[in-house]
Amino acid sequence: MGRTLSQKVWDDHVVISGGDGEPDLLYIDLHLCHEVTSPQAFDGLRLAGRRVRRPDLTMATEDHNTPTADILAPIADPVSRLQVDTLRANAAQFGVPLHSLGDADQGIVHIMSPQLGLTQPGMTIVCGDSHTSTHGAFGALAFGIGTSEVEHVLATQTLPQSRPKTMAVTVNGQMPDGVTSKDLILTHIAAVGTGGGAGYVAEYRGEAIDAMSMEARMTICNMSIEWGARAGMIAPDRTTLDYLKSRPYAPQGPLWDEAVAYWSRLATDDDAVFDAEVVIDAASLTPFVTWGTNPGQGVGLGQAVPSPSDFADPGARAAAERALAYMDLTPGTKMVDIDIDTVFLGSCTNGRIEDLRLAASVLKGHKVADSVRMLVVPGSARIRAQAMAEGLDKVFIEAGAEWREAGCSMCLGMNPDTLSPGQRSASTSNRNFEGRQGKGGRTHLVSPSIAAATAVTGHLTDPRDV
Amino acid sequence: MEKFSTHTGVAVPLRRSNVDTDQIIPAVYLKRVTRSGFEDGLFAAWRSDPQFVLNQPAYRSGSILVAGADFGTGSSREHAVWALMDYGFSVVISPRFGDIFMGNAGKAGLLTAVVPASTVEELWGLIEADPGMSLTVDLEAKTITAGERSYDFTVNDYTRYRLLNGLDDISITLASADRITQYEATRPAFKPTTLPLRSID
Repeated sequence: MGRTLSQKVWDDHVVISGGDGEPDLLYIDLHLCHEVTSPQAFDGLRLAGRRVRRPDLTMATEDHNTPTADILAPIADPVSRLQVDTLRANAAQFGVPLHSLGDADQGIVHIMSPQLGLTQPGMTIVCGDSHTSTHGAFGALAFGIGTSEVEHVLATQTLPQSRPKTMAVTVNGQMPDGVTSKDLILTHIAAVGTGGGAGYVAEYRGEAIDAMSMEARMTICNMSIEWGARAGMIAPDRTTLDYLKSRPYAPQGPLWDEAVAYWSRLATDDDAVFDAEVVIDAASLTPFVTWGTNPGQGVGLGQAVPSPSDFADPGARAAAERALAYMDLTPGTKMVDIDIDTVFLGSCTNGRIEDLRLAASVLKGHKVADSVRMLVVPGSARIRAQAMAEGLDKVFIEAGAEWREAGCSMCLGMNPDTLSPGQRSASTSNRNFEGRQGKGGRTHLVSPSIAAATAVTGHLTDPRDV
Repeated sequence: MEKFSTHTGVAVPLRRSNVDTDQIIPAVYLKRVTRSGFEDGLFAAWRSDPQFVLNQPAYRSGSILVAGADFGTGSSREHAVWALMDYGFSVVISPRFGDIFMGNAGKAGLLTAVVPASTVEELWGLIEADPGMSLTVDLEAKTITAGERSYDFTVNDYTRYRLLNGLDDISITLASADRITQYEATRPAFKPTTLPLRSID
């Protein structure tokens, strides 16, 4: 029987086969680190007198705690500063390469690695961060891990893992104009729920996926974790190769040809059988946003806030009641009538150059509404520079938005970029959990184009209406 | 990780069930960057109460915690295990543990001994009649000895094997370091390395 993409990548990384019931020991090709989930792991190595086995397969950056203004001044919050300083000391002691704040390649860990060409098809990639699934867009098997596992990978470059099940998410047809990959993945999460992918590695495929850019594919794979999937993958194709070729860490010369030959063998075999399959008709998609407090609580932008009684399942009904109370929303309110005071454009979900271009194209010639504060946070220093070379910063600044330095920023509010209690955001990030963007803050997850349109009008808005 | 065969130490009766990991160590203590020093966060909310069991002189040097059912439920934070061990605990006895907590405990070297609820009740009675008394926990025999009495406990076979041999997950993997080296020799040359650093310019 044939094998799927994820099975092939898995099989090629088994160091020791666990046999029935026991986990396999998998080799890890690339370990990405940041300042929040690595300190105890490095400290564990020190306590045990261990070294980092492969610093040359490890890469660190600073992103979660870092300010997006005055980045070369000392970090004001002592806890954030300690975490960043600790990462710098650990990287120096253990010989791990690090892109620090102010470095041209610093940025959100899941944006930095692909743009450097470190993320390549067929690799195993881990990071102490659940959005590591982003790298699956290249046909890598990439997943988030806990701090003990970070230590395990640092010490051994391997990880014991139980083999996951496989699921195909097949997106047939063409996406309508004005509908983005963010709308697609939010629609899917609402359909299957936040636990719909538990125990699976998903493979996104089909005509609509084939037609997407790498940036759009990364947005989809990034949010795999939001529907519970262990990882999300897309088979490498011409688009993948075009993106990779000539990036700093991409193979060169004969090694490139050898790599391409290997990558082309990774695609799921015609006779492979998935454990489950979901089929989506791309033509049926519309702009999509969340109304609640988990990424599965979403509706079409043209629809209304649902009522708890719309949910047959008692658990879902209770969750809807709690979410509506927290979000201060009344069932039946049109989504486009919800007023927004903060717009956040950025994050590992939608902080790439294509996202900034899309938002700028909507914003150009318009002003951010007086009632709205719009924060534009590029995903990496490199993307920021590229956007400025294209003049996008001027579009944002002239419209009245704040043009910031790179980092995770308001996606999770570990730095000073937070919502105040009662504030309501349209955010291109990935989680609308209670308090995530700031205590008492309310989050609507949206695409970059909806974010820009919303900034102009002050209420959730379809970009086609601006 | 140190080998665990038998442990004798002062037993602490924690007459509570459903002790979740937020109660074992509140989130405010998670910002630390070290892997040690979490003892000050252990049961932080309860420690301010002078009557709390760990504030009683007889139990202050306790190393065996005897708790009610469903100990260690909730958040997956590994800091809960670290806090107990940093304080000085080597064993927690309970009728039932949270799954993730039990897994984390096994990784770090904290023994989670499962006994019937009736045994916990008996142990609480014995300890409170003689505050500061010691128990002996024998992992080889899977028994708990309290004076003249002895009780059986259960523990996952694989966890027991690892604890008896002092093997943490990393030690187990490093025992196969030659297999990792062999695998590394087969990795294709086109796979990237992060060193030397390369940049776009």
